[in-house]
Amino acid sequence: MFDLTPDEWTAIHLSIRIAVVATVVALPFGIAVAWVLARKDFWGKSLLDGIVHLPLVLPPVVTGYLLLISFGRRGPIGAFLDEHFGIVFSFRWTGAVLACGVMAFPLLVRAIRLSFEAIDRRLEDAAGTLGASPLQAFFTVTLPLALPGVIAGMVLCFAKALGEFGATITFVSNIPGETQTISAAIYTLTQVPGGDAAAFRLVVVAIVISLAALIASEWFARRAGLRYHGD
Amino acid sequence: MLVVDIEKRLGEFEIKVAFESQGSVTGLFGSSGSGKTSVVNMVAGLIKPDRGRIALDDTVLFDSTARVNVPMHRRRIGYVFQEGRLFPHLSVAANLDYGRRMSRLPHDDAEQRRIVDLLDIGHLLDRRPGRLSGGERQRVAVGRALLMRPRLLILDEPLASLDAARKREILPYLVRLRDEAHMPMVYVSHQAGELRRIATTVVRLDGGRVMQTGGLELLDQADLDAL
Repeated sequence: MFDLTPDEWTAIHLSIRIAVVATVVALPFGIAVAWVLARKDFWGKSLLDGIVHLPLVLPPVVTGYLLLISFGRRGPIGAFLDEHFGIVFSFRWTGAVLACGVMAFPLLVRAIRLSFEAIDRRLEDAAGTLGASPLQAFFTVTLPLALPGVIAGMVLCFAKALGEFGATITFVSNIPGETQTISAAIYTLTQVPGGDAAAFRLVVVAIVISLAALIASEWFARRAGLRYHGD
Repeated sequence: MLVVDIEKRLGEFEIKVAFESQGSVTGLFGSSGSGKTSVVNMVAGLIKPDRGRIALDDTVLFDSTARVNVPMHRRRIGYVFQEGRLFPHLSVAANLDYGRRMSRLPHDDAEQRRIVDLLDIGHLLDRRPGRLSGGERQRVAVGRALLMRPRLLILDEPLASLDAARKREILPYLVRLRDEAHMPMVYVSHQAGELRRIATTVVRLDGGRVMQTGGLELLDQADLDAL
């Protein structure tokens, strides 16, 4: 029973691609926002914090709908991007990336922010006295020391992106080969008679991918931890 | 020559300090809370004075009226912190090389070997800071600060976290640094005994003010005051 059909393989490939791209694209923004939230005090900081965390508490359908009316073809941002850069999100896999990225963003920011806050800032001063500009100090001291948290955040982000359903289906629908991820495919299969076996196969695949990501992150984090605190 | 004339308010505490140091090792002496660390932090550029002027030889580092404030990473002032502050994710060798890399100085193997030998840390190069004893850690911290070729070396209570035996182990290296490397230093301590070994001039601070400036005899006076 474990022969996956071409359609199922397509859904698996698509899911992994969407989750990987969402994680990679979200990472620099996540690091920047986490750093600002961990280190800066400014007017409107709690507002930024709130907006970043909003997808965590809003119903995913609401987030998806908000994306649809702003990033859709006729939405203000979507129309602008289409017109000037030829970037289209609606009903494309790139839209699924956007939806997954937005939904996973709070988890990414949270993990990285916590690791920034745990770093001894006096080490950054030491780097400064040794001639490192603030940017150099960030890339040679702060970020390497935060690496275990960054990896944890990336795995959380990947897992969330892989399993994202509500916002994605609302924003870019459920088009096989374009926006139909594992989750959407499972949902579809449970709606049709005789789809149980196929749904079960995809469930097993989802479990395997998630476990693999978790184990990989443990391994990376342990290696990073050893590098920093061992010998 | 280091010229310091600064004011800084830190909450209720006010620092108002002026001194010039010609000696090769200026001992900044005073009890804890006298403002010693704040003064050297302003010299190194870690904190900004409210008003005043700091100059090293013919370079102005800070001048509030001329609106000069050289950022710390361009001051070329080596700083040995009380707790060493070695980078835990880098080997001893990479810690030692860090200042040279960041300041984009060329490799100088001879200089590196000279300082590694002077501080006797050659056998530690492959280790991580987490595996060093307190004394070894401070020697590496001194080496790291020296290898960025500073114009001035600040040592803020570098021996305070060490026991008496470790202090005796490190002080001779610092004296060699003074006599062989001719590195101008500002040495912060509340221990008269330590300063008597290393300092050539003494600035005595109390309550954020300079009480006296002079030679080592100020330390004897301090001992008498303490009695």
